[in-house]
Amino acid sequence: MSIRAVRSRRLAVAAAAALALSLGVTACGSDGGDKASGGSSTAAPAAGASAPASTGAAKVSGPITVFAAASLKETFTDLGKTFEAANPGAKVTFNFGGSSSLATSINSGAPADVFAAASPATMKTVTDAGGATGEPKTFVRNTLTIAVPKGNPKHVAGLNDLTAPGVKVALCAKEVPCGAAALTALKAAGVNLTPVTLEQDVKGALTKVELGEVDASLVYRTDVKADAAKIDGVDFPEAAKAVNDYPIAALAKAPNKDGAAAFVAYIQSPEAQQVLTAAGFQAP
Amino acid sequence: MSRRTTAGSGVRAASGAEPPRAGTAHRRRRGRRVPVALLLPALLGLAFLTLPLVGLLVRAPWSALPEQLTSTEVWDALRLSLFCATAATGVSLVLGVPLAWVLARTELPGRRLVRALVTLPLVLPPVVGGVALLLVLGRRGIVGSWLDSAFGITLPFTTTGVVIAEAFVAMPFLVISVEGALRAADPRYEEAAATLGASRLTAFRRVTLPLIAPGIGAGAVLAWARALGEFGATITFAGNFPGRTQTMPLAVYLAMESDPEAAIALSLVLLVVSIAVLAGLRDRWLSTP
Repeated sequence: MSIRAVRSRRLAVAAAAALALSLGVTACGSDGGDKASGGSSTAAPAAGASAPASTGAAKVSGPITVFAAASLKETFTDLGKTFEAANPGAKVTFNFGGSSSLATSINSGAPADVFAAASPATMKTVTDAGGATGEPKTFVRNTLTIAVPKGNPKHVAGLNDLTAPGVKVALCAKEVPCGAAALTALKAAGVNLTPVTLEQDVKGALTKVELGEVDASLVYRTDVKADAAKIDGVDFPEAAKAVNDYPIAALAKAPNKDGAAAFVAYIQSPEAQQVLTAAGFQAP
Repeated sequence: MSRRTTAGSGVRAASGAEPPRAGTAHRRRRGRRVPVALLLPALLGLAFLTLPLVGLLVRAPWSALPEQLTSTEVWDALRLSLFCATAATGVSLVLGVPLAWVLARTELPGRRLVRALVTLPLVLPPVVGGVALLLVLGRRGIVGSWLDSAFGITLPFTTTGVVIAEAFVAMPFLVISVEGALRAADPRYEEAAATLGASRLTAFRRVTLPLIAPGIGAGAVLAWARALGEFGATITFAGNFPGRTQTMPLAVYLAMESDPEAAIALSLVLLVVSIAVLAGLRDRWLSTP
């Protein structure tokens, strides 16, 4: 009996200690990010981080957390790598998702340095809450296109064809930028369309086409370009009425202020703009 | 909440139906102190589970609540949620109880593997489950393409699709609960029925089922609750369309995109309804007669 009691007490104390420890660790983890460097074997040791380069170019270092719209996934991932190569010691981590939910996370205190949104409206929810430093800058524009499975089996040629019987269409929900733009374009064309699903972000709408579960969806031109192996794009004239501006801003509560400013500047640099326009974005 | 009480009633039911075992005869001495080393983590655990709910209640937009609840979208979503969760529980009962019986009462070769496969949806990320369902039951899926060409049936983006997605995620809970109840039930009753000339099916219907009814009830409640909160598999397989496939969790998620207060209000509605249903069920179903 007494041995069992002692043992159970020990167990409980150990469990309590473990709990306290884990709570402590998560509390610390929210500001620091991982202390260990990225751990990629190719990266040079981060000597340049501590010793300023004699050439005078200010190098930023430390973790930079970027919240970016789902449609920026491919380009920003590449740009992050080139940024890290130019700034050894900096580690860019991305959180891609629907712009609205990213804005909600930022307003709820998520530890982010930079926010790149797919519409001024979603950026505005952050600036209204005092979450951004300075004016957000529009760094690219994006237009809609009709995504269809490779070979366009339903012979979609324009928005009107989407209302044909037997054509299943996925749209983004009106709460996210691609959905708001789709509504604008459909209204401009005078097309009354009933989709089968309203997706939570643009990648969801695209995946449904890729799997062949829907015959078409309204997504960004860049998404179709990034997925050219499985998807064809059908451009339509009304897309010009629903051009999306993409604003970017460094955040007021950024844990890494220098890193945030440097990354925002880099995205607007000619080098980065070239990558973005090559992917199908339009220059602002 | 439901798990603890139902487990308790299950034990009571078992001890009512069986001859008393040594364990139940040994009564606890009253007035025994709870050791602090257990009490402290227990209270921490309780706080950890209940504080987020308290936070919801504190931050709830009480003044705007009536306005939020008069929108038809909310009621559509709630109706759809309750209907689909109940239908998914029904599907789970019809398919899951026999499956649990096979797992518990037969000596199938590879039974361990079958059990592992049955519990797979428990650990599979729901979104992956939704994609898997699409790959099988979608328009280009193995089964789905045949359904489409032979019968003109398409399951994705329909209310039926929601039920399928929820049943896929919730059924393992039921199977595991019922299998546990079957293993705890004394097989000698069934053997006695067999010696009296009952076929295996009759014994199952007249002896086994009444014996494990509390276990089935507990499993059904678990499955229902899990189906009600299902998000990932539903949005992937059934999509999101108000009135047809937009259940409460989907409505909450999208409300979070634009209007967090509305999302909190919707969550509260879901909480209140599920607690009411679960409490009602417990009294009706899970108490021993």
